[in-house]
Amino acid sequence: MSRRNNKEKAIEVALLMTSGVTIVALFLLCIFLFREGALLFGDHSLVSFITGTSWYPSSSPAKFGLLPLLAGSLIVTAGAIILSVPLGIAAAIYMAELADPRIAQILKPFVEILAGIPSVVYGFFGLIVVVPLLQDLLSLPTGQTALAGSIMLGMMALPTIISVAEDAINSVPLSLKEGSLALGSTHWQTIYRVILPAALSGISAAVMLGIGRAIGETMTVMMVTGNTAIIPGIPEGLFDPVRTMTATIALEMGEVPQGSEHFHALFAVGAVLFITTFIINLIADSVKKKYRLQEEA
Amino acid sequence: MSKNENIINIKIENLDLWYGEKPALKDISLDIPKNKVTALIGPSGCGKSTFLRCLNRMNDLVKTCRIEGDVLIDEQNIYGKDVDVVDLRKRVGMVFQKPNPFPMSVYDNVAYGPRIHGLSKSEVDERVHKALEDAALMEEVRDRLNDKAFSLSGGQQQRLCIARTLAVRPEIILFDEPCSALDPISTSKIEDLILELKKDYTIVIVTHNMQQAARISDHTAFFLLGELIEFGKTKHIFEDPQVKSTEDYITGRFG
Amino acid sequence: MFLRPDKAEKLAFATLKICMASVIIFVSVLLIHIIVNGYSVLSIEFITQMPMKRMTEGGIYPAIVGTVSLIGLSMALAVPLGILSAIYLNEYSSPGRASWAIEMAINNLAGTPSVVFGLFGLALFVKYFGFGPSILSASLTLALLILPVIIRASKEALMTVPQEYREASLALGITKWQTTRKVILPAAIPGIMTGIVLSIGRVAGETAPILLTGAAYFLPRIPDSVFSQFMALPYHLFVLATSGTSISQTRPLQYGTALVLLFIVFMMNGIAVVIRNHYRKKLSR
Repeated sequence: MSRRNNKEKAIEVALLMTSGVTIVALFLLCIFLFREGALLFGDHSLVSFITGTSWYPSSSPAKFGLLPLLAGSLIVTAGAIILSVPLGIAAAIYMAELADPRIAQILKPFVEILAGIPSVVYGFFGLIVVVPLLQDLLSLPTGQTALAGSIMLGMMALPTIISVAEDAINSVPLSLKEGSLALGSTHWQTIYRVILPAALSGISAAVMLGIGRAIGETMTVMMVTGNTAIIPGIPEGLFDPVRTMTATIALEMGEVPQGSEHFHALFAVGAVLFITTFIINLIADSVKKKYRLQEEA
Repeated sequence: MSKNENIINIKIENLDLWYGEKPALKDISLDIPKNKVTALIGPSGCGKSTFLRCLNRMNDLVKTCRIEGDVLIDEQNIYGKDVDVVDLRKRVGMVFQKPNPFPMSVYDNVAYGPRIHGLSKSEVDERVHKALEDAALMEEVRDRLNDKAFSLSGGQQQRLCIARTLAVRPEIILFDEPCSALDPISTSKIEDLILELKKDYTIVIVTHNMQQAARISDHTAFFLLGELIEFGKTKHIFEDPQVKSTEDYITGRFG
Repeated sequence: MFLRPDKAEKLAFATLKICMASVIIFVSVLLIHIIVNGYSVLSIEFITQMPMKRMTEGGIYPAIVGTVSLIGLSMALAVPLGILSAIYLNEYSSPGRASWAIEMAINNLAGTPSVVFGLFGLALFVKYFGFGPSILSASLTLALLILPVIIRASKEALMTVPQEYREASLALGITKWQTTRKVILPAAIPGIMTGIVLSIGRVAGETAPILLTGAAYFLPRIPDSVFSQFMALPYHLFVLATSGTSISQTRPLQYGTALVLLFIVFMMNGIAVVIRNHYRKKLSR
């Protein structure tokens, strides 16, 4: 009897340890990322890293200023969100409220396909179709611009936004909708006066998750934004080449000697990226929790 | 049969149960005799199912549940420190409200328990056949042993669940409203079966159907709001209840 | 300006439809463009030959082999870990500090950008453990990357297994572990499989993490051990399209590679759908 109990206990402990791997992984990730990044700050000050306006890793002395990269990430992400949020929410409303259920059933896998396409394929398509198109249409010196990145990232953020927003809309109680319709409101009035406000926190969670996805995306931006590390103007910087934090890491890591200043600088950029997405996910999480609570109430 | 007349199989002493802060059972004491059918009745939410689940410690699955008091089976306290819940549940089988066969074949459902308990292939086979015979299901499924259990009718599924319990060879069987999801014909088959089974097993059945309690049980316990109001021979409870609320319930004045 | 409600509704709905349509058109254009341009390149030789003449000709065989090895190895690591973790979370853990910490870690890992995983893999596996840039380092990195995905999918699948199965089995005097192994896990397998297959697609397409942990620019031979560097489809596409010797000359090869990559991903999506539908049918029977 006790042997069986011991065995069951042992299994439970083993399972607990297995799922502890995720904690260990996160812990190690933080340690290694921050340790390698911190090594930059022997010769360079943290302040000059955060407030530096130029990123010239191979000049002498090398300059590791984060601002151009941070600004690059922000402008591309902002553009992506401006494009994808209205489009995504509109598509979500259409699928949840307007589409014939049978058509919605066909549209869903379509959105899933969008989510499944690898980022390098998006980048490839952006590079050979969207970039030349932008160059011609807007008669720019190069189509490899923040805008190209925004368009591609916007498309990539769509499935996240659509599916989370659609869930939020679907979870609005039917009674609310019926109450509004019974007062003689049109379907559209009901949607924007009753359903959207009720789904607002869910939709905000969708937007936050979309931002998180866009800011962390690497290959696509690297292939279409031209990768010039200068601080972009706002908004005209949208039409200039920019370089994001993610692209910087991926582009430069291949050429730096391990353990060099530059190597550590790239880890420091990675640490900033990690902290940024961490905060965004935290916000998304708390917004999501709020809307779960609302649902239960 | 008469030699078992007065043997107490399960003895419950001052049992209290809480879900979180909420008391669900209050100071229950009850003696359940061997080889008899004991029915637990009462309006829904009165705690009769909760009480039943104390007898094989199924309430252990509810994280917020807290229990005080003793449940003695053959004079051993099943809430004692050295009790193995797994062994306890082998001795105290349970049949649930909704038929809940596993997504396997008819045969595998019944063989599931004996197999895991380490019996040889021929022993398992023998137990499966015996259990299906005892559960009065063999005639109907003889040619369908390899069919999915879900292909059986609701009543057959419930008898399959009974067979599955019998195959583990328990001493006591708990029935938690076993007929509430079944049609009248299936119900009467299960009732006949329970009367048959009491020769070999001690049976405790929760039912919301008073006629059923009257038809099949030897003793009846009436629960109300977590308290045991009255307990005695079924005949006495139904014909001469001592407590007003029992009478109200039995005569249907309870709503 | 005020529109009459019915006019406003018409206008609004038309806008919604246009938005939906533009999403669909974008996806369709992307897919059709790559399929049409890539189709003419596909041939047996393309997928079975080595790249030739400084990658301007020949096939993508080593990249396919590399991607398949990455999938195999990272899945071998992440699938058992993921399923066992999900079992712990859904069947064993009670709300408390341990399960809170595990859930928190899973959420954070799931939200971490893949390039940060690449940095992590570089620092831990390539450098600290000394595995070097290799299939092993890249697979370990990818395994950690998809672990949260597999845990979530498996947990979801376990959650859909009816509570009655657990009660019925426990009531027969079966231990929790045996109940989990013999009843709960088999019932959850289709859902778990769906999650696994989808993450295979994810592994096939990830580029940034392998770029930092061992993918090679050009390596016209088959890797001979897990400590070798390797070629992989997504990285190959990236290299050909951005930094090859003659980018426009190798355009057909780029389309072909993109198509093969898409094919693998969609095949995985398709398999996931088939499993899901098959399972649904079985349930409704």
